[in-house]
Amino acid sequence: MNNHASAQPSGRHPLVAFAARWLLTTNHKEIGTLYLCLSFLLFFIAGAFAMAIRTELFQPGIQLIEPEFYNQLVTLHGLVMVFGVVMPAFVGLANWMVPMMIGAPDMALPRLNNFSFWILPFAFTLLLSSLFMEGGAPNFGWTFYAPLSTTYGPPSTDFFIFGVHLMGISSVLGAINIIVTILNLRTPGMTLMRMPMFVWTWLITAFLLIMVMPVLAGLVTMMLTDRHFGTSFFDASGGGDPVLFQHIFWFFGHPEVYIMILPGFGIASQIIPTFARKKLFGYNSMVFATASIAFLSFIVWGHHMFTTGMPLFGELFFMYATMLIAVPTGVKVFNWIATMWGGSMTFETPMLFAIGFVVLFTIGGLSGLMLSIVAADFQYHDTFFVVAHFHYVLYPGAIFSTMAAVYYWLPKWTGNMYDERLGKIHFWTASIAVNMTFFPMHFTGLAGMPRRIVDYSPQFADFNMLSSVGAGLLGLTQVLFLYIVIKTIRGGPKATDQVWEGAEGLEWTVPSPAPRHTFETPPSFPGDEPDHAYDQVPGPRDGGDTDEP
Amino acid sequence: MAGILMNRKLQSKHTALLALLAVGMFGFAFALVPLYTVFCELTGLNGKTSGRAAVIETAVQESDRVVTVQFLARVGKGLPWEFRPSEPQLRVRLGKIYTTTYFARNRASESVTGQAVPSVAPGVAALHLQKVECFCFRQQVLTANQVLEMPVQFFVDTQLPEDIHTLSLSYTMYPVAELENTDLAQLRR
Repeated sequence: MNNHASAQPSGRHPLVAFAARWLLTTNHKEIGTLYLCLSFLLFFIAGAFAMAIRTELFQPGIQLIEPEFYNQLVTLHGLVMVFGVVMPAFVGLANWMVPMMIGAPDMALPRLNNFSFWILPFAFTLLLSSLFMEGGAPNFGWTFYAPLSTTYGPPSTDFFIFGVHLMGISSVLGAINIIVTILNLRTPGMTLMRMPMFVWTWLITAFLLIMVMPVLAGLVTMMLTDRHFGTSFFDASGGGDPVLFQHIFWFFGHPEVYIMILPGFGIASQIIPTFARKKLFGYNSMVFATASIAFLSFIVWGHHMFTTGMPLFGELFFMYATMLIAVPTGVKVFNWIATMWGGSMTFETPMLFAIGFVVLFTIGGLSGLMLSIVAADFQYHDTFFVVAHFHYVLYPGAIFSTMAAVYYWLPKWTGNMYDERLGKIHFWTASIAVNMTFFPMHFTGLAGMPRRIVDYSPQFADFNMLSSVGAGLLGLTQVLFLYIVIKTIRGGPKATDQVWEGAEGLEWTVPSPAPRHTFETPPSFPGDEPDHAYDQVPGPRDGGDTDEP
Repeated sequence: MAGILMNRKLQSKHTALLALLAVGMFGFAFALVPLYTVFCELTGLNGKTSGRAAVIETAVQESDRVVTVQFLARVGKGLPWEFRPSEPQLRVRLGKIYTTTYFARNRASESVTGQAVPSVAPGVAALHLQKVECFCFRQQVLTANQVLEMPVQFFVDTQLPEDIHTLSLSYTMYPVAELENTDLAQLRR
């Protein structure tokens, strides 16, 4: 995506000018592009790890990969996908779209924005360089439980620790920037309850980030002092407790999984109304559902730890709290369906990905509900059923929503329409492949196949072979995605300013491609439009402020 | 213009507040450590028993209920000791005081100090297993090749929840670090 930079006129050597432009940029659109490019690059790296894992699991037995290296692959695949792909992709989208959606000229703290991004390449260089070190890369899984990561971790664990510190700083600074932007730079007339849903979900996500990323930083700091400075936070011989590690980790970890999905909810809430040509159904309930999911995410961490010997009361509390999350999530799913109901729908690629997101994410949500049942969880714990569950919420959840967003806004970013036929091929092959890869894992998991082990019992062979074939196909479809994106950047039919017939919102009022600077003076935001939540209700009322709760 | 200036001020205020929140949450992660310890001590949830001897006030209430107490032992990494319970389990009447012993032998040719850390499963039973006397209350020093029978005097109080029929008392014997940090790190390798 960097090639539109080459046209920059400058007296300096073109390479210097190019480097200076991207290194020093404080423009929210350029930083958004950088985030998305980094995320895309890491997507292929972490995807390559996944390919290696699935190739090894194609057949039972140990064929290609040493068990020790397998553990490293599993660890890095998880870490890079979570911190390097999903989170930067969402931050990139926020950088591009939040200022344009609220009518702001840029982010509130542009220099900080540049800094937040440029920390990340260093963080991932630190993390990935551990692959080439003596003793190998971190091998304890992305959850890095003590004492695997403290007492028994390889020497490269320290690179992992500092990598996580850098990612944490980057996310927290990015989140502060996003909140300050949303709270202060909205165009006159755009009250909080009239913001686009994507902006709302990001506001809440940013709060989650500020609340939990420092906890993760504290956790890895404790690990560091346990490893080198003689403390024993997690070491029973010095009066510590390894179970404490899991409590702190999941206090971070559960809000983290919502950090990886809430912006996806926001994207679906933008796209579905556009292609259903109706306003979003139940706007207010969407906002409150998002906020309640965020609140509940802080009191359910124990459901990851049912098998640690928690007392019955604790198990019941965490079980019921977890099941409670299904209520606001259900509200959201039904609102999306109600938005489509009776709409004049068309099925362009962004809409296909958004609908695929709703359907497949719901499957992942339901298997999550199964996992919340304490008695059943003792059976499911650490099996491939868990792997199936979180890949269903992350792949068709976070990744599909990001792809939907890219197809939806790419014409606005580049000024060119993508190839609709290729986009549809991408969606259908990806959907088939994603189900082929992850659905069989439910069955192998229920039958007792444990996760994170290089070998497996021969009775799971057929399902694993199916998964591996699906994974190969899934990998190929993403190469097609890369091709489509590059092709669109290089040219294609010109997009109109509105791009989509049913699109509404400030971002569609600026030209396509969006010029470097937009909304230097605040745009006018219609002040007399009825409130989103109730304007589906026909009646004598004309909506308006009286409908505010 | 005034509006923009106001905005700038508000922006800085928001930025500062959010940065403060982030720093506070970093501190909160560390505050979780003592909070967790206190919480577990009060509730006995993680199987940690009290580090103090139980004080027997007048006659301890006895009941006819009988449960099994299993004894387990584990040697921490880097301690050259043999360490095991002298008997695998005891049937005990609630409220009655029993004595059992653990056997320890130092296989090193020098004096070594160990500290036993107890743990009770299921966790909720930890509050009800009362130790009158225990070798885990202090460090144990064993000279070269010394053998020692170490007593534990305990009772299970009558408040033990009805659904518990068997509990296990496990000790892990750890080397005591009069050693410097570097030595500790070496031991862990």
